[in-house]
Amino acid sequence: MQNAEFFFHKHSSNNMITSAWMATASEIFHLTPAQVEEKVLDLGILPARYKRNQCAISTSEQFTLYKSHVAIIGCGGLGCYVAEELARAGVGRITVIDPDVFEEHNLNRQLMSSLSELGAAKVTVAARRIAEINPAIHLLPIQSCLTIENGPELLQDVTVAVDALDSVSAKLMLASLCSSVGIPMVYAAIAGWFGQIACQLPGDDIVERIYQNIQVENGIEQKQGNLAFTAAVVGSLEAAEASKVILGKGRLLTGRMLVVDLLDMEVNEITV
Amino acid sequence: MHVTVKLFAGFRNGRIPIEETELPEGTRVIDVVNRQTIPVNEVGIIMLNNRHAKLDTELVQGDILALFPLVGGG
Repeated sequence: MQNAEFFFHKHSSNNMITSAWMATASEIFHLTPAQVEEKVLDLGILPARYKRNQCAISTSEQFTLYKSHVAIIGCGGLGCYVAEELARAGVGRITVIDPDVFEEHNLNRQLMSSLSELGAAKVTVAARRIAEINPAIHLLPIQSCLTIENGPELLQDVTVAVDALDSVSAKLMLASLCSSVGIPMVYAAIAGWFGQIACQLPGDDIVERIYQNIQVENGIEQKQGNLAFTAAVVGSLEAAEASKVILGKGRLLTGRMLVVDLLDMEVNEITV
Repeated sequence: MHVTVKLFAGFRNGRIPIEETELPEGTRVIDVVNRQTIPVNEVGIIMLNNRHAKLDTELVQGDILALFPLVGGG
């Protein structure tokens, strides 16, 4: 590894190293792309792919992101954007949980769906796509539902869970699981032109409070459908919030919820 | 009594987003929901003066009621 360290320093310029040199190091020193990226960041050298993350995200914060593990539950409208953005941001381990395959009615909004992938498992497509973006990111595809039974194991050692589920009962179950496992959770829901997002830290029950009046299983998305830009906006807000949880920076959406209205172009904050 | 009713997101469709209105004493949240012809099972969050309220909560003079639809998609 000492030789590898010398190599990384030798081939870095302005404390930055290109993906081509990282791939060469991987071959010469028989290291996986993940081992190379971790070692480079540990040395305080920035992989050039993250150049435009600076200085909003420092090199040491980049290392924190790389060592973190995010579980994304649901790989549909919200989940595809969350996975893509967190992978590009540099989160090192991403577990994506979803039992479904891509269907034609997903094509209007789900980032990773395409004609050629209809019938393919969403999580498999996600793993393939993220590997093409950055082979150093470990995306673990779980093609099943998250349940009370498998939840504690799947959420083990997760830094933050991201809710990209499509039913109220599943969201409540995830919130309860995160509470019992003791991990933070980023919550969001969308319908038509509207979305809402909040953050639940261990010991809090904001998702339960949000749904305290419900009488039915599904919301107005049954009538209003789900739109591409709403999924992209709210999924991106989730990715930002999850990154803040990991980095311990900024002001989290705890005790409050953002309500996004793309029809009237309004963002309202309510104390929940 | 004088009450302000604020509607959010999909509830604004075909309705007045913010309305100051005179309501009879004893009016409850559910009466406002019915008056606005909002299906009760579409009601998500009810905030009365920035605090959570229930469908059967009784309104009083000067209240500000905010209604948000139930949203659960992903």
